[in-house]
Amino acid sequence: MNGNKSKETLLSCLKNINFMVGFLMLLSVLLVAVFADQIAPYGFTDQGVGPRFTPPNGEFLFGTDELGRDVLSRVIHGTRLTLWVAVLGASLQLVIGVTVGLICGYFGKWVDKFFSFLTDLTWCIPSTILALAVVTIMGKGLTNSVIAIAMVCWASYARPVRAKTMSIKTMAFVETGAAFGESSVALMFRYILPNVVPALIVMVSTTLPATILSTTTLSFLGLGSQAPSPDWGLALSNGINYIGSAPWLSIFPGIALVYTVLGFSLLGEGVRDILDPHMKSQ
Amino acid sequence: MMPGNPIDIMVDRKVPAEKRAEMAHELGYDRPMHEQYLSWAKDIVFEQDFGNSVRYKVPVWGLMMDRIPRSLMLCGWALFIEMLIALPIGLLCAIKKNSLFDRFTVNFTLILTAMPSFWLGALLIIIFAVKLKWFPISGYQSMKYFVLPVFALMASTLAGTLRLTRSEVLEVLNEKYVTTAYAKGLPDRTVKVKHVLRNALIMVSVQVFMSVPWLISGAVVTETIFGIPGMGNLLLNSIVVQDFPVVQAVLLLIAILTVVFNLISDIVIATLDPRIRIELSGGDK
Repeated sequence: MNGNKSKETLLSCLKNINFMVGFLMLLSVLLVAVFADQIAPYGFTDQGVGPRFTPPNGEFLFGTDELGRDVLSRVIHGTRLTLWVAVLGASLQLVIGVTVGLICGYFGKWVDKFFSFLTDLTWCIPSTILALAVVTIMGKGLTNSVIAIAMVCWASYARPVRAKTMSIKTMAFVETGAAFGESSVALMFRYILPNVVPALIVMVSTTLPATILSTTTLSFLGLGSQAPSPDWGLALSNGINYIGSAPWLSIFPGIALVYTVLGFSLLGEGVRDILDPHMKSQ
Repeated sequence: MMPGNPIDIMVDRKVPAEKRAEMAHELGYDRPMHEQYLSWAKDIVFEQDFGNSVRYKVPVWGLMMDRIPRSLMLCGWALFIEMLIALPIGLLCAIKKNSLFDRFTVNFTLILTAMPSFWLGALLIIIFAVKLKWFPISGYQSMKYFVLPVFALMASTLAGTLRLTRSEVLEVLNEKYVTTAYAKGLPDRTVKVKHVLRNALIMVSVQVFMSVPWLISGAVVTETIFGIPGMGNLLLNSIVVQDFPVVQAVLLLIAILTVVFNLISDIVIATLDPRIRIELSGGDK
């Protein structure tokens, strides 16, 4: 029966256009990231591989930048950073959001009131502004900016997890567990958490695009990755300086970024349609 | 709170350590953190004094006064044009659900949300300023300079508002009172505008008011690309050089705006929707 069910899920995945398109787009991004060293014609810090500001041509498909670096190679190496941001950002947000949500939903009373207040607070202040404030305190850098984004975006996980926990807490199997003398921690993480996982998968896949965009925005503003990193946001902010004479510097990293984010968005919509038919978009 | 030392920005590196400590003491930077915070808050509340910028050595308030109007103008226009585009198109999409137009628009908004505003800004500059030369690349001298920034800023919230309008209209169309209105024999136009749109707009207007703080934060990016010296630009530059009195003041201002607009949206929803008003006042028993 179990095999039957997973077969069914697989079928509905294959039938969902959003999921398949998003999946294929991300698969291509992943392959590029894994084989970056083999695909990229030059290293991302190799200077003077061609004349400076060469427009895109047969030899340099995406042109070269102000230091004579190959833009194509830099875009290819940038995929690794973006995927790293996605993985690290999502896991940090998950850990904070799920823990807070579980604690709120499980303990209730003043614990819930206190953490819900915190959640609402981080929820309603624009994330870019709050992340800017956090980066100011922690200092620049890609990892720091991912942490900053996670510290302001976990609320989108905490709220639904809290609601789900509250409804699951009253179910018979949790009360049985409590009657057997399981500790609160065990009840939260071994009894309740597994039942929240399907909803979590949907949440992760729908918030990933925003995570990537916010982190890239911080890099664009000069607070994330620092030169000579091939980060797309950094490449774009550098490209703006030469936008009149060398527009290809800002066009290609942007296309790569939109392609990746769009892939994550489509995959997210697909996953939501498959796992959560109630929330299906109209 | 912040890494780095404000004294480092104020004086040359050659200034001896004793002199620096003296300065820090005079400005109160050597006091414990909570004391500094309290005196900061007290100056603002009682003397409307935000302190002096470490970098420019002028009152923060003066710096902000120059820049607030520019940011407000940018955000105000963005909001206005966003409504002008999102509402009619959202309504049209919902009425002609699953038509070619609807599908195109929905997919277009998906791409629009995937597009970071800084890249959209760059594209707009390349197409309309560099190639077509319709608008200037950057600056803030006249209205002409604001056209591209407004569109770049609006794009991200536009997609959300459009989708919300569409889904709200679709939801209202299924309500029983709409069927009743049709059953009464009201003309199609009257039902769509007076019953459907009016009810759908309740949630949309709340969303619009709530989106104002997000627009302001989006302006940080837009102002950076287009070189408009507004609040966002001031915030960013101050963060980079760690001019912390300015950072604190701007963040405080944005926090206040956030609270104010959340309050406004609560008031608006209660004004527009009698059902919620009754709920808030404890019901009419």
